[in-house]
Amino acid sequence: MDNTIEVEGLVRDFAGTRAVDEVSLQVPAGHVLGLLGPNGAGKTTTVRMLATLLSPTAGRARVGGLDVVDQAARVREIIGLTGQYASVDEKLTGRENLILIARLLGMKRAAARARADELLVDFSLREAGHRPVQTYSGGMRRRLDLAASLVGRPRILFLDEPSTGLDPRARRDLWARVRRLQDAGTTVLLTTQYLEEADALADSIVVLDQGRVIAEGTAAELKARVGTRTLFLRLARADQADAAARQVATLTGSEPHVEGETLSAPVAEASLLPAVLRELDAAGIEVAELGLRSASLDDVFLSLTGQTGSGDAPADAAGDSGEDAA
Amino acid sequence: MNALDQTLALAWRSLVQVRRNPWELGDYSIQPILFLVLFLFVFGGAIAGSPDDYLAFVLPGVIVMNMLFVTVYVGHGLNTDLTRGVFDRFRALPIPRWAPLAGRILADVVKQVLCIGLLLIVGYLLGFRLATSFGHLLVMVLLVLTFAVAFSWVMVLVGVLARDPEHVQLFGFTALFPVTFVSSAFVPVETMPEWLQGFVQANPVSLLTEAARGLMNADGAVAAPALASLAWAAGIAAVFAPLSVWVLNRRLARG
Repeated sequence: MDNTIEVEGLVRDFAGTRAVDEVSLQVPAGHVLGLLGPNGAGKTTTVRMLATLLSPTAGRARVGGLDVVDQAARVREIIGLTGQYASVDEKLTGRENLILIARLLGMKRAAARARADELLVDFSLREAGHRPVQTYSGGMRRRLDLAASLVGRPRILFLDEPSTGLDPRARRDLWARVRRLQDAGTTVLLTTQYLEEADALADSIVVLDQGRVIAEGTAAELKARVGTRTLFLRLARADQADAAARQVATLTGSEPHVEGETLSAPVAEASLLPAVLRELDAAGIEVAELGLRSASLDDVFLSLTGQTGSGDAPADAAGDSGEDAA
Repeated sequence: MNALDQTLALAWRSLVQVRRNPWELGDYSIQPILFLVLFLFVFGGAIAGSPDDYLAFVLPGVIVMNMLFVTVYVGHGLNTDLTRGVFDRFRALPIPRWAPLAGRILADVVKQVLCIGLLLIVGYLLGFRLATSFGHLLVMVLLVLTFAVAFSWVMVLVGVLARDPEHVQLFGFTALFPVTFVSSAFVPVETMPEWLQGFVQANPVSLLTEAARGLMNADGAVAAPALASLAWAAGIAAVFAPLSVWVLNRRLARG
């Protein structure tokens, strides 16, 4: 059984705009690939093409060894898809939603019920299973949505921003489930705006920006390029920013991003912090605030493209604009 | 599992909500009962001399009006599926592309039958007695259902074009009210100004109502209005079914 995903030169245009531009990627069987990028990077469009929901303008993609255009019907038999929003029927109960999917996948009535109950237990929804979905919390909906895409025991699973809108606890719970699927041998392609998420789950990461692949590798490889953390510096006076930038560049080895009186730069070593403070003090530059934070998606983009990612995570949490409407 | 079973499963999905929450059906049932009772007792005297004399005239009209209103829910449900991503989930499953739509329309037919049955029961309680046979009544129901299926395609189009489910309802009812009232569903055509009569007589709502009246009350022509209604149904389906599918595919191709 071929559980790989192979994408070659995939292109998708929307009314003159190129949403996905010559994307190529490989996911070996049983691997988790993280497709990382800001809103509008083409992540959802790529997933929709791989899940046979959208036809490519050019290029080829094989999912489980099957062509997503010529063998779309057979691709649908082996994939599971969880979108950005919980795509379940609000009026039905959780159990009814799962039974419906099972029936549509060709299971007999009794088998469909058994599979639904099994998944409800598995996803801690046994109690809630008999309530309409409209009474569910966001985390419960997302669990049900994931359960719904697993009804047919797909060999290949697409998760489009699975943790958007989830609180930290629900997010960790989701991560644990994805890891279990991975352990069971499922090939997973997940999109995310969070480096942390890709880091936690993915065997390898492909970074998308404006429809193009701008970097790929393991989380460790990318971090080595990006720096694991970001030095954050706020000066007392904005007119000293240029001088401070020169000092920081010498010390960290990379050009900092300057915005008014704030500077940020990727750093590999936390021990650099005292040195930065010392040098700036010696140069007579007044520091108002100094700190280290974990590398964010913005930092990845900063170091890979020299520009900040177009999406700030908090604004995207609503999730209903931009890419998922595209 | 074949395509028919899958369509039935999708129809079940639209109906199971009604079973659990009969108020859902209230949307389609309370309203027409209210209309029937209001028309009967408020306008009945003015239009037909007495509510009792008006009942046989207005009952077929209310059945036809309600049939049109129920079709709005095909568009409403489809739009909900499209905007909530449920439609995408179905499309990523190994089922025929037309199955989700067919399931909706099939479920709609069942709801239509329930509504017509309900109106007939309420009509009976108010004193309506069938002047023809059960066979005639069955033909009336089939005629109304045939028109409903054809007209559903108009609502499929609205469902695809509307931004959200609320707009489907808003647009659907706003468009249906004048079409229903500028007909002979509630008032005899002769009482209207002449310039309006031509429109009213050509209105499929009038034609369908008149055929239904003939089939229930044995007081008028059946064949002519029934055939004209069927011609309308065929015309509507011929235009709106391909158009709706085309627009739906365009919407899906947008991403």
